[in-house]
Amino acid sequence: MTKFTDHLGRPVVAVTGIGVVTSLGVGKKDNWEALTAGKSGIHPITRFPVDQLNTRIAGTVDFLASSSKGASALTYELAETAAGEAITEAGFTIDDFGGPLFLASPPVELDWHDRLALYKGGDREPASDRLLEVARNLNSLEMFDSAQFASIADRLADRFGATGLPITLSTACASGATAIQLGVEAIRRGEAQRALSIGADGSATAEALIRFSLLSALSTSNDAPEKASKPFSKDRDGFVLAEGSAALVLESLESATARGATVLGIIQGCGEKADDFHRTRSKPDGSPAIAAVRAALADAGLGEDGIDYINAHGTSTPENDKMEHMSLSTVFGEHINRIPISSNKSMIGHTLSAAGAIEAAFSLMTMREGVIPPTINYDNPDPAIALDVVPNVKREASVRTVLSNSFGFGGQNTCLVMAREPV
Amino acid sequence: MSARDVVITGIGLVSSLGEGADTHWQKLSASGTKPVIDAERFAPYAIHPLPEIDWSLQIAKRGDQRQMETWQRLGTYVAGLALTDAGIKDNEDLCATMDMVVAAGGGERDVAVDSDILAASVQRDDFDVLLNEKLTTELRPTLFLAQLSNLLAGNISIVHKVTGSSRTFMGEEGAGVSAIETAAARIRSGQSTHMLVGGAFQTEHPDMLLGYELAGYLHRGEWKPVWQRQGAEGGGIVSGSGGAFLVLESREHAEKRGQRIYATLGPVASGRARRGRDELAAGIGKLLDTVDASENGLLAISGASGAHKATATEKAVIDARTDIAARAFSTLTGHLKEAQFPFAVALAALAVANKAPYPPFEAAEKAFDGPLKSVLATTIGYHHFEGMALVGASD
Repeated sequence: MTKFTDHLGRPVVAVTGIGVVTSLGVGKKDNWEALTAGKSGIHPITRFPVDQLNTRIAGTVDFLASSSKGASALTYELAETAAGEAITEAGFTIDDFGGPLFLASPPVELDWHDRLALYKGGDREPASDRLLEVARNLNSLEMFDSAQFASIADRLADRFGATGLPITLSTACASGATAIQLGVEAIRRGEAQRALSIGADGSATAEALIRFSLLSALSTSNDAPEKASKPFSKDRDGFVLAEGSAALVLESLESATARGATVLGIIQGCGEKADDFHRTRSKPDGSPAIAAVRAALADAGLGEDGIDYINAHGTSTPENDKMEHMSLSTVFGEHINRIPISSNKSMIGHTLSAAGAIEAAFSLMTMREGVIPPTINYDNPDPAIALDVVPNVKREASVRTVLSNSFGFGGQNTCLVMAREPV
Repeated sequence: MSARDVVITGIGLVSSLGEGADTHWQKLSASGTKPVIDAERFAPYAIHPLPEIDWSLQIAKRGDQRQMETWQRLGTYVAGLALTDAGIKDNEDLCATMDMVVAAGGGERDVAVDSDILAASVQRDDFDVLLNEKLTTELRPTLFLAQLSNLLAGNISIVHKVTGSSRTFMGEEGAGVSAIETAAARIRSGQSTHMLVGGAFQTEHPDMLLGYELAGYLHRGEWKPVWQRQGAEGGGIVSGSGGAFLVLESREHAEKRGQRIYATLGPVASGRARRGRDELAAGIGKLLDTVDASENGLLAISGASGAHKATATEKAVIDARTDIAARAFSTLTGHLKEAQFPFAVALAALAVANKAPYPPFEAAEKAFDGPLKSVLATTIGYHHFEGMALVGASD
């Protein structure tokens, strides 16, 4: 008989639907084929002019209807596309999901082109007064919605028939993982039988690129875009800004079993710990990341010998990869030598608010398919980082459990432990 | 009474009326307190401005202060007030195990840079290239972080060392509702023992007004109290700068450390009425049922914004419940957006703790003379989302 509660007596949380969009394509099938073939989705930017920019490459999603319509519209379409795939796979009615929604998405801002349009609509000075005057006369609900933080989740809740007040959240680069954690917690507390957790980010605008560039966070390997994201390599020089989305239908194992749904995996544990050191740098001793990993293992009821594969945060910045290695070595001790660890970001770049969700989706597929996607561009290993990074070529392996790491700017660290089946 | 009751042990408040829980209680419980209004700076819009604040009282390092724009600084400051009030500030062990949910906006852009770009656009037909030129050379590199939504929580971790966990919810008033609802649920289920939850809003920036005015939500012309803005020029909202943070604990955790308890946070309910289908009135009624606001003679601390449709609907529902006496605090503080619901819950807790009601904040509000047991806190979002909580006595 299947056990429906975990080691702490809480309902076991299953995944019964997965959807994903990245620069590699729409849907699990295309993404998985590209990912296991070691294909890169990073390319020269064509969405906006790159004059004056130090970084001229990105993993933008350029093939959706909203790809040129601004961050808000694209983030919505990315979320909707992934959620549609996940809900369909789970077998729920597409417009009557009947559970709460947790959305990780980037903070919204009025698009520059809208700002310019408002400016051109009047002649009052100063400019800030003019924008206000033109805005109130225009009274454009569309423009208003694009600058309201709650709008995307509100539309998604309408589209899919989610229940209650949808939560939009940001924990920077850990957001996608936090969205999953919130869904898991709602089910564990018995507030819901199922939940829809989405991470979506379509915010690769010129200004976003410039902001990260000014923080010296981005790779400037413009000449060979597909080679730019090189986690754990000696010559890694920053992350590659990217877009994408993933959605998971989370469901109590009991409910999934009762309705005969296919269980795609289990969210076994979640752990988090905030850093108090610095706005962009992590504590030199790695203690917050270490604590987040340990909290996830404890929540999952697993020891340091319980993880078969690690889906790394692996951003390809000098700092992150060094710290991640140090933290994992500390937690796992000598076990780390036998745990393969790879970075999806080597192929899809850093999808920011979506990353934790996308990488959870790929982690679940890794277990299901028995194939570990590689860390590509591992041509020049960093000798200070002794890890089995599954270099350049996928590897077949029986993977029962995965740890997926997400470490964010602002010190928000979230780790997920997933399992192929209840353990 | 149960060990896992959610109790309120710390309150941090800032508004145009001043700072601190007691200051707010004193001013709001006295009759005839006048709002602080600045009708000049952003005319034709009035705002309720920040009071004078000595930031260094809660943010000791100048370097930390410089890394934040005003909104983050304000939120970090108010969070510090709440921690101090709860006797947790500088207690390393309690801070390191404390969980946090922040309801955040963000987006305090550099007005001078933006205005410069717009002015230069007149001479150019390659706006996107102009953007690259200006943004790469004129943006202050650290501004991005200083205005970023999740960095209010980040700064609270850095300044106050609250590091158990850190989550940031976004989405106007609804973010504040969800923050409190989730925090309470985590404590009730035993997932957390003590939490810092709240938000802040800094309205004194043209983009913060623009966020409302893109849909014509701001009140114009002569200032009026919240319930009396129907039919007046504009959309009914007068915004304010301020913030509210609460320390929530399990009763067991608070009692074990001998901490004073203001009040018990009872049921919290949230909703997303589809307002385009006129579901708001029914939605508000459902929330009242969910929090079981059936007490005969109930004081309600209302987060009504003044936004014409939402506030008229809320008023109709409350007027139909003759046993409810509402107090719309935004008459005195202005609309505090993400901080609106935490502020409402804080004021409810203060009334419960002081065993006394607030007098009417304006002529349209009726007197309350019943015994004061529980106090209702409501927030009906100006555009979407709504929430309520019932705040009860400490024991």
